[in-house]
Amino acid sequence: MSSFQGSKINPSRFSLSQVKIYAYLLPLAVVMLLPIIYIFSTAFKPMDELFAYPPRFFVQRPTLENFYDISSSIAASGVPLSRYLFNSVLSSLLAVVFTLVISLNAGYVLSKKQFRGKGLLFTINTMALMFVPQAVQIPRYLIVEKTHLIDQFVVLFLPLLAMPVGLFLVKQFIDQVPNALIEAARIDGAGDFRIVYSIVAPIVKPALATVAILAFQNSWNNVEISTYYVDNDLMRTFAFYLSSLIVGMGNTVAGRGVLAAATLIMFVPNLIIFIFMQNKVLNTMAHSGIK
Amino acid sequence: METGVTVKKAKASRGRKGRHLGDIFANSVLLGPYALLFLFFVAAPIVVAIILSFTYFNMVNPPEWNGLANYIQALTQDDVLMRSVLPNMIIFSVVVGAGGFVLQFLLAWSLAQISRWPRTILALIFYSPSMTAGVTLSVVWKVVFAGDEYGYLNNLLLTLGFIDTPIQWLVSPNYILPIMIVASLWSSMGVGFLSMLAGVLNGDTEIYEAGYIDGVRNRFQEIVYITLPSMKPQMLFGAVMAIVNAFSAGQIGIDLTGANPTPQYAGQTMVSHIMDEGFLQYNMGYASALSVLLLLLILLVSQLANKFFAERD
Repeated sequence: MSSFQGSKINPSRFSLSQVKIYAYLLPLAVVMLLPIIYIFSTAFKPMDELFAYPPRFFVQRPTLENFYDISSSIAASGVPLSRYLFNSVLSSLLAVVFTLVISLNAGYVLSKKQFRGKGLLFTINTMALMFVPQAVQIPRYLIVEKTHLIDQFVVLFLPLLAMPVGLFLVKQFIDQVPNALIEAARIDGAGDFRIVYSIVAPIVKPALATVAILAFQNSWNNVEISTYYVDNDLMRTFAFYLSSLIVGMGNTVAGRGVLAAATLIMFVPNLIIFIFMQNKVLNTMAHSGIK
Repeated sequence: METGVTVKKAKASRGRKGRHLGDIFANSVLLGPYALLFLFFVAAPIVVAIILSFTYFNMVNPPEWNGLANYIQALTQDDVLMRSVLPNMIIFSVVVGAGGFVLQFLLAWSLAQISRWPRTILALIFYSPSMTAGVTLSVVWKVVFAGDEYGYLNNLLLTLGFIDTPIQWLVSPNYILPIMIVASLWSSMGVGFLSMLAGVLNGDTEIYEAGYIDGVRNRFQEIVYITLPSMKPQMLFGAVMAIVNAFSAGQIGIDLTGANPTPQYAGQTMVSHIMDEGFLQYNMGYASALSVLLLLLILLVSQLANKFFAERD
């Protein structure tokens, strides 16, 4: 080796050596993006374009027809679209807020307080990263049923609040907060609550943003809860409605526009939230390692 | 004077004791809500699953103890499990779990080689499919693989002249598993992928320099001897996420085919098998035994990942 060119990780500008990386990343990105472009395009297609043969990928004359059709097809079932959306928005919002509060509080205790069994508790939580809720749907259902949570509004978000990956990320991030800072606050007379909310919370904002995104996705996309824990149609969420649309419409050409429009409504909030918080997420993920 | 000292001491110790009690109180208030919800919705279901797995339970009559019968049935008499679910699960977890994990690392590594803005945009593109998890996933892929000539794949193949009549992709037992794999891989670039990306970016440039001085000759050696060892914790996190992603799949097959069980059990996974036995046939005890087996399997595979990536001091 004649001379060392320095690490090529995280370069500050474009150089010719990156061409080969772009050569495979760009085509791959296009392939990854196609299904999403399809959803956007189809959601705005008028009926005659849906039936056009051969099928066109991009929409020619965009229309909002499909979005109107969603609301009218719900009117037939008796539950207005706004009700499903309201349930989804409110339950997701509550899921995010409560997940943030309990994860931040618990993360602080597991990171900065000294007591016996602390390590064990965190190990249990780390093991629970492997928890697959789908595997224990039946006992979960039995527990929800026995505690009379069926058809209560809280059941829409309560089962989602204890999110092991959320606590894990917050705790790892709080570990980066210098102990001296917390000691200083304690000497100045701040109690635990003051410390958590005035000192720790502002520093770990990136982790909180990340957990907020994960909690939102978890709740907004959730179909199981509405399917298994809710019998009252007025209490169900938009994700459930979309899944029943899929069953109801089957895979017909006419239904595709409406399904794409409904999928777009599901997808866009996730996307917007992530775009706004993406640099905080990457910042958090730097501390996500399991040691 | 002496008494003064003792009083002071007593006060101090009462103060410490008070602070200690206050500490316990604060800890319980802060940790309690999470701990309770965790017990209720994460730990208790596992315990209930373990208990029910030793019973016969059909939701109508109370559970009846039947010892190891469920496990024996699973290992010896469950045709669907042995003929479809197990092979599907092995293929699926190797391709989506292990393959997806390697793919995520390679993508993360590649993204770290380009400058910030293009990287951010490309990372967003790769991550965004994971936001469509669940129902939205099936809408996307149902049209690509639609069985009529309007489906994009059929249309493409018809136009190119590879086929004469449209193929019924989603009801054909030959195609459903590969389609599930494609859809799952497409949406697998989630938090694990982001963690690995952050891990590569966090690499210390001085270690890379030292590595090259010590004789690292090419990018491949660089990955093996510098990049990977320096980001083991992120690799482990990514591995756990990949394992969970692979073993929790099942609903996707049901959504795509619109049926549980999937046609001829061709897209049946452990999760859809559990739902079939439990919610559709009301064999709750047996389904619980399957749940326990699945959780044990995930634990076992994660332990392997742990062995591989754990930091040795």
